[in-house]
Amino acid sequence: MIRPHRTHALWLAFILHRLSGIGLALFLPVHFYMLSLALTDPDQLDGFLAFTDLLLVKCAEFGLVFLLAVHMFGGLRLMALEFLPWSPRQKSYAATAVALAFFVSTGFFLQAV
Amino acid sequence: MDKTEAFLDVSIWREQNGDGHFETYQVPRRANQTILDVVAWVQQQADPTLSYRFACRVGMCGSCAMMVNGAPRWTCRTHVLKVAEGASLEIAPLRNLPVIKDLVVDMDPFFDKWVAADAVFAPSQTRDDPMAPITPDDTMRIAADDAIECINCAVCYAACDVVAANPDYLGPAALNRSWSLVNDSRDAGQAERLQAVSAVGGCHNCHSQQGCAKFCPNELNPTLSISGLKRATAKSLLRWGR
Ligand code: SF4
Ligand code: SF4
Ligand code: FES
Repeated sequence: MIRPHRTHALWLAFILHRLSGIGLALFLPVHFYMLSLALTDPDQLDGFLAFTDLLLVKCAEFGLVFLLAVHMFGGLRLMALEFLPWSPRQKSYAATAVALAFFVSTGFFLQAV
Repeated sequence: MDKTEAFLDVSIWREQNGDGHFETYQVPRRANQTILDVVAWVQQQADPTLSYRFACRVGMCGSCAMMVNGAPRWTCRTHVLKVAEGASLEIAPLRNLPVIKDLVVDMDPFFDKWVAADAVFAPSQTRDDPMAPITPDDTMRIAADDAIECINCAVCYAACDVVAANPDYLGPAALNRSWSLVNDSRDAGQAERLQAVSAVGGCHNCHSQQGCAKFCPNELNPTLSISGLKRATAKSLLRWGR
């Protein structure tokens, strides 16, 4: 259970940013490794690309795009918080970042399937 | 909460010499009862050895803060009705500070960090100089206004996860005070202050979770102040410390 001093929207925005960052950090080495296969082992890359056509993998990709988008919009929110004059609408900005991330990742998914 | 329950089930953290556990007490309900009233009742009617701290009872002195059902509160101004879950209350010493006994924490680390954050006024003039004119519509004065009503209760310090994770972090209250001084045009110690708040454990450690602003009983916003410090230190870096 989330402890009571953390049950507020902006703490949840913080943990989402942190977890999406960790998720992306774990994903990126795999991503670059797969890209490197284009040079070192094109056959294996083709096999892998066929595998990414599976619906299950598309769903996982939806998750990845969501992580990427939520980390990007969340990062913009934090940079605005730190470098622009203060705005009292912090919760709205956090909600907007999540909404935009859903929009982008759902758009990706609909186009991919 | 059920107002018809005649008693509250209260668990209170009891600790002596580093050995602690929760003990439960049945406390009669009263109209308009505060958490501090509950603690006082236990100490007066059930166990006189219970230690806790308070002074003003009206939200001025900042000495009565405790964890109530897991969240930091000023107990003298927190009504039981507002925070009790059913008829049960859990009252513990403030988070992120060492316990001296029962509900009393050692505030020294908290105040040491005010000094470390250079949150101390450095006069630029003497008592013989004329008063510095600062008008109420001065932008720096307005920025300072938002930060000056702090009662040093350490509620924000207990709410902050960065304080919990990083023992060097100066914390929201000290940085908030530094920000009010950054906006004091009479102060002569700004360069040193920006150094202090941007050193290890300084404002750049803040993750903007805003728990401090959510729980501050005086509705201050330390996150706003810290973001001001981040901007001020970034600007001074661009000016090469001038
Ligand atoms: S905004 Fe910064 S100082 Fe305030 S609780 Fe969060 S991390 Fe701590
Ligand atoms: S900023 Fe608010 S919560 Fe923190 S010590 Fe001051 S009054 Fe208490
Ligand atoms: S007793 Fe003074 S603030 Fe609560």
